[in-house]
Amino acid sequence: MFSIFQYSFIQNAFLTGSVVAVVGGFVGYFLVTRGLTFAGHALSHIGFAGAAAALLIGVDPIFGMLAFTMVAGAGIGVFGKDLREEDINIGIVMTLALGLGALFISLYNGYAEQAYSILFGTILGISHTDVLITLAIGVATIAVMAVIFRPLLFSSVDPEVAEARGVPVRALGILFLILVAVAVSMSVEVVGVLLIFTLLVGPAATATRLVHDPIGAVSASVGLALAYTWLGIFLAATGNWPVTFYIATISFIVYLPIRLITARK
Amino acid sequence: MDQKTVISLDGVTVELGGRTIFDAVNFSVEKGEFVAILGPNGAGKTTLFKLLLGLLKPTKGEINVLGAVPHRGDGNIGYAPQHRVLETDLALRARDVVGFGLDGNKWGIGFGSKKRDAMIDAVLKEVDAYQFADAPVGHLSGGEQQRLLIAQALITDPKILLLDEPLSNLDISHAQEIIALLTEISKHRSVTIMLVSHDINPLLPAANRVLYMAHGHSAMGTPDEIITSATLSKLYDTKVEVIRSGDHVFVVGAEI
Amino acid sequence: MITLVDLLRQSFIENAFVAGTLIAIVSAIVGYFVVLRAQAFAAHALSHVGFAGATLAALVGISGLLGMSGFTVAAALGMGALGKRIHGRDVEIGMILSFALGLGVLFLRLYTNSSSETVSVLFGSILSVTHTDILLTLFFGIGTLVVLAAIFRPLLFSSIDPEVAEARGVPIKLLSIVFMFLLAITVAEAIQVVGVLLVFALIVAPAAAAQHLTRKPFSAIAISVALGVAFTWAGLLLALATSWPVSFYIAALAALTYFAAIKIGHFMRPHARAVHEHPGRETRVG
Repeated sequence: MFSIFQYSFIQNAFLTGSVVAVVGGFVGYFLVTRGLTFAGHALSHIGFAGAAAALLIGVDPIFGMLAFTMVAGAGIGVFGKDLREEDINIGIVMTLALGLGALFISLYNGYAEQAYSILFGTILGISHTDVLITLAIGVATIAVMAVIFRPLLFSSVDPEVAEARGVPVRALGILFLILVAVAVSMSVEVVGVLLIFTLLVGPAATATRLVHDPIGAVSASVGLALAYTWLGIFLAATGNWPVTFYIATISFIVYLPIRLITARK
Repeated sequence: MDQKTVISLDGVTVELGGRTIFDAVNFSVEKGEFVAILGPNGAGKTTLFKLLLGLLKPTKGEINVLGAVPHRGDGNIGYAPQHRVLETDLALRARDVVGFGLDGNKWGIGFGSKKRDAMIDAVLKEVDAYQFADAPVGHLSGGEQQRLLIAQALITDPKILLLDEPLSNLDISHAQEIIALLTEISKHRSVTIMLVSHDINPLLPAANRVLYMAHGHSAMGTPDEIITSATLSKLYDTKVEVIRSGDHVFVVGAEI
Repeated sequence: MITLVDLLRQSFIENAFVAGTLIAIVSAIVGYFVVLRAQAFAAHALSHVGFAGATLAALVGISGLLGMSGFTVAAALGMGALGKRIHGRDVEIGMILSFALGLGVLFLRLYTNSSSETVSVLFGSILSVTHTDILLTLFFGIGTLVVLAAIFRPLLFSSIDPEVAEARGVPIKLLSIVFMFLLAITVAEAIQVVGVLLVFALIVAPAAAAQHLTRKPFSAIAISVALGVAFTWAGLLLALATSWPVSFYIAALAALTYFAAIKIGHFMRPHARAVHEHPGRETRVG
């Protein structure tokens, strides 16, 4: 059973998946706390347009994805509070991005395989370079998150007092969304654009219902994300079904009973 | 400026977005006072707090807080905004919210320490919130959350406490609990308290002066001096009647 | 030389126009209520649930439309039963959406190894809609419009002011369930035109744009329908002329029109607040 670990593509998958899971679990806690889960979902779809555009001009999709998501993330941060129906605005931008993505894919002439892997993840096809890039970006992201942890949390819950205490509330908000953009782009490798929620929100949403102190909740969130990812990769490697299906299903069936049990009226 | 004056506004004018929110406002507050701030919405009560917290600079005039120009991040001023309805599944305990007051603005993760926990416990006991110190904030009532915000403001041992509508959305008995708590705090710590409210009545036994703001102008004095038909009519520039019945005061003809 | 008229004569194009127009009309009207009830994300999620239904249908060999409708109706009834508590339920909705998508990915992988089929389900295939689908669409569409007409006033009331409506004896929970049922059917149909991922463009965008231009319900619905039909026709014609995807055009037109409507709305009423502010969103910090 464990003989699969001798294959380097499996090792790569586990390494990359682990880094992505840690970042996702950490960032996800704040997505849930700040009520930005839909924005995160939309960012991934916007990233799809970037990835498709990159394919079209012959560049590595990850760069297109990073570019589009970081700009969109900063945009939401800058214009977010000034727009009233944020959900609809974000949703329409997301729709436009998907439409563009559909266009680019159709112009890209038949490499639907690439489009498919952006949409649904490609962790079992990760190369060694990808692992190193992911590791670098992941470590940087975690470092920044660790530094801004306290003031970000403070401004998420109590923005007026935080502001009075000298916390740069608005700037942190924008920085956070840029970090979300990075986390989303990384997660695409594992679960694909369409299923960001399962890794970025699922573990965090489950953890925050079980553990009530911030550091504990983040740890639980990261732990769950790692568990889902490892299990998902392992099951997919020993069978024929897609990794993303496993992670999505595990994420959901763990979340559902916990959500129902801890429901508060 | 003598040692007893903690806040003073001198000819302060604030213009925002084409509107004059403050028009040459003058008043001063002495150490240990309990000032109730009243007035209609949009009259500038929140603006006043922003000025005192150094978040806003006046267009004209001078402000002095504890002998200096107001600046952001001043640990001498505690600020408790109105409690908000927090989502029930926030992974944050009561003690975490209070802890923000201590070091929420410092970078890093901030793993706890015994000393830090002791400080938080002490202030939680002071506001009578120790019994739910480890409860998730989303599970607490409005009154309980308000107490946490007061504790959060107190933990840095401030000399001035600014409270923005702490009594709104609280039923009368909870409002009275908060006022009793604030009166205790005012005595024990000799802080100066400025509290915004929409109803003067629960504050009558506690506040020693009232600052009334309307239409860019202000009037400051004891409740008996300020809440009179004459003073308020002048302030609102329209006929306002003040009716006293028992220990209740009613303001008729204008929004408080 | 093939002229546009010749192109239009081909029956698959006729099918596309007929189906597309009907779907646009129904979507726009249902969409008006979706926006009013702040259920845009729920509608988006339903389309993903539809994806699982469509792929399962393909796997077992039944009509895609029936498969989608089956799944969306089931999910919608679940949401409707939750009633008012759909507000601010982004996390729950997103989890269901993702689970459904995950299932869909599995079914699709079991059904075919072709990535291009996947992409076409996700992004729409109105130009290949069959005659049976047209009949089903006609049936569902007209049925939806009839029911909507019947419940119009109480639905409007309960969407704008649920507590007062309830006090007046309006059965808001029942209406909520019926509405979600109609939404489910409409979503399944809209998927045929723009695909799973772009349902927002047909259901939410026209209505959201309309509500920035006017507050009166009938005017808003009329504008919504006009916009929805306009996008769809323009999208179809442009797609035929340039062979770029229909869904791209509809999405692009929807977005442009929406943002233009916001600007125009600001211009017309500079200090007005939007009709449908979200309750229960006090803690959004962005």
